[in-house]
Amino acid sequence: MYKILEAKELASNIFEWVVEAPRCAANCEPGQFVIVRAFEDAERIPLTICDYDREKGTVTIVVQVIGEGTFLMSSLKKGDYFHDFVGPLGRPSEFTEEDIESLKNKKILFVAGGLGTAPVYPQVKWLHEHGIAADVIVGAKTKDLVIMEEEMKAVAGTLYVTTDDGSYGRSGMVTKVVEDLYAEGKSYDVCVTIGPMIMMKFVCLLTKKLNLHTIVSMNPIMVDGTGMCGACRLKVGDEIKFACVDGPEFDGHLVDFDQAMKRQQMYKTKEGRAYLAAKEGNTHHGGCGNCGGEE
Amino acid sequence: MDVMKKVPIKEQEPKVRATNFEEVCLGYTKEEAMEEASRCLNCKNPLCVQGCPVSIHIPDFIKQVKEGDFEGAYHTITLSSSLPAVCGRVCPQETQCEGKCVRGIKGEAVSIGKLERFVADWAFENNVHPKENPNKNGKKVAVIGSGPSGLSCAGDLAKLGYDVTVFEALHELGGVLVYGIPEFRLPKERVVKKEIENVKALGVKFETNVIIGKSVTIDELIEKEHFDAVFIGSGAGLPKFMGIPGENLSGVFSANEYLTRSNLMKAFDPDSTTPIMIGKRTVVVGGGNVAMDAARTALRLGSETYIVYRRSEAELPARAEEVHHAKEEGIEFHLLTNPVEILEDENGWVKGIKCIKMELGEPDASGRRRPVEIAGSEYVIDCDVVIMALGTSPNPLISSTTKGLEINGRKCIIAEENGATTKEGVYAGGDAVTGAATVILAMGAGRAAAKGIDEYLNK
Repeated sequence: MYKILEAKELASNIFEWVVEAPRCAANCEPGQFVIVRAFEDAERIPLTICDYDREKGTVTIVVQVIGEGTFLMSSLKKGDYFHDFVGPLGRPSEFTEEDIESLKNKKILFVAGGLGTAPVYPQVKWLHEHGIAADVIVGAKTKDLVIMEEEMKAVAGTLYVTTDDGSYGRSGMVTKVVEDLYAEGKSYDVCVTIGPMIMMKFVCLLTKKLNLHTIVSMNPIMVDGTGMCGACRLKVGDEIKFACVDGPEFDGHLVDFDQAMKRQQMYKTKEGRAYLAAKEGNTHHGGCGNCGGEE
Repeated sequence: MDVMKKVPIKEQEPKVRATNFEEVCLGYTKEEAMEEASRCLNCKNPLCVQGCPVSIHIPDFIKQVKEGDFEGAYHTITLSSSLPAVCGRVCPQETQCEGKCVRGIKGEAVSIGKLERFVADWAFENNVHPKENPNKNGKKVAVIGSGPSGLSCAGDLAKLGYDVTVFEALHELGGVLVYGIPEFRLPKERVVKKEIENVKALGVKFETNVIIGKSVTIDELIEKEHFDAVFIGSGAGLPKFMGIPGENLSGVFSANEYLTRSNLMKAFDPDSTTPIMIGKRTVVVGGGNVAMDAARTALRLGSETYIVYRRSEAELPARAEEVHHAKEEGIEFHLLTNPVEILEDENGWVKGIKCIKMELGEPDASGRRRPVEIAGSEYVIDCDVVIMALGTSPNPLISSTTKGLEINGRKCIIAEENGATTKEGVYAGGDAVTGAATVILAMGAGRAAAKGIDEYLNK
């Protein structure tokens, strides 16, 4: 059992927990993930690490309620426990193994979308701690869904916030901000983008045109997270890679996003229905346009 | 009674069991077990023991069963095996102990496996447990993986007085016994959990949710946590795929994924929070025990199920009993058939699998006749789920994070007969060393390594 030392709701339906997990905290690096089970018999849910404190032995995770599993998890409060918490899983971000001096000469841009802001944070923080100021674009649907702005500001070079509806910061998608920055004469050597697959796909399409090397963090369906099941397999270039052991970060220009998005939809209908059934009772029978239950 | 034949054992009717996850075999009663035990010739030179990877004193325990001393029989078996209720159910006895049984020359071998199972189940029911060794030697051993090799190594070391801690990557103990082998072959609550309780009763400690190589490395276990020796029983590894078009479509699963969802995450239970895809028609590719397990799981979930295997019936690597059970339950075998492509519908889902017929040619390196494609014989099996059961390749997680631990060309950890690896104080056994094999071979390797570790620490 893994004790929750802090719990807060960052935005509507977005929750943050600081969890006591000393083995994971001792060895994790930016870019890696954990798998948690809120309760006995609960689903195994993979989550990218959002922060860690080696001395206190804690790891921070951020979750958005999207299905039954995350909905049930959202009831966990300070003092409660996660039944299971395993990690770190996957490989650390590439730059953590690079030579710091050569890294200092690189101009790095992070592009975060929605919940993706949370896993971008430890990467930017790590660079900041090593004397490197990376620029960060944070995008959200609307003002209320912008998370971790203050924390990010403290570690980023320049932070650009944008909202799809223009209710806060700049207006428009993250790709528009990238285009604007380049139009203003800025340029970068490497881009790291984390967010919904569809967003990462469009960032990659743009950065390919800009000839900007781009790393993405993939979050496909997983079961064990240790390479055993192969559910998370992705096409990267001509190869099949397992996100859990070969990733989760890959060269975004090589990832087959269309296939990855189709695979991610595999259980959508069932999960969405299970969640809605739990929340609203058995009232949902498709037709919402989101759950895939149109037939 | 006909002494040439085994005392028949009760099984669930095929039609009934094809719709549930209850155990297929119902086991012997006391009377049946004693009667079957009386068929043993109690050979002076028992060949059955030679056939057993963990060298159980088979004639001794069978004699005790014959005399009705079931508790004595249990203690005889547990001298050599930490998991008798498991082995009695999943060992390939026909090629091991029973394959060597003298009774088998003219008639049927003594039903050694079913007798072992009877004894172990009797012990559960009558609360007979192995006893903890009160004489501790103060030495610490770490065991990586709580599957068959790890449990068997841990059990033996605890009996010798070692302070043993088992580290498990998943949230549940048992390794392949819980994520791989289905409920209907190996009940989890009634058998696996109780066997693990018995290993705990020997004084073995367990820590779940620890990924060695990630959460902590072997070097850290030795240097920082002061373990005197380490046994690696981390199991088989990453599932293989064929590399044919369409393998990444929605609806294509590795057998590992399908079985893990059903077994570990209990997705067969409609109340489970982890989903599983139940096809209208499922095609399982492969002919091993894992393929049979996956096919019989899909069948029980309500799918019409086919097995596609590129060689002929004689080459099926699965246990004869599993193939027999699968057929009885209504699984259709497409033998000498190999998939060439998985077909996609307009939504990115599987809609069929294109196969080609094969014929057997000259023997290959494995001594089995090589299957050769018959030109122009392609045909399509309509299906919406495809399960690939093609074996596994070793997981590099541990070998890549442990200094001085060498692997061979097949990426398996190099280990001697006694489990010693190329790194001092580190032993290994089971699928991590051999590649995917059986529960009992892994247990045998775990036992051999326990002996190796004991000798190493007493040098």
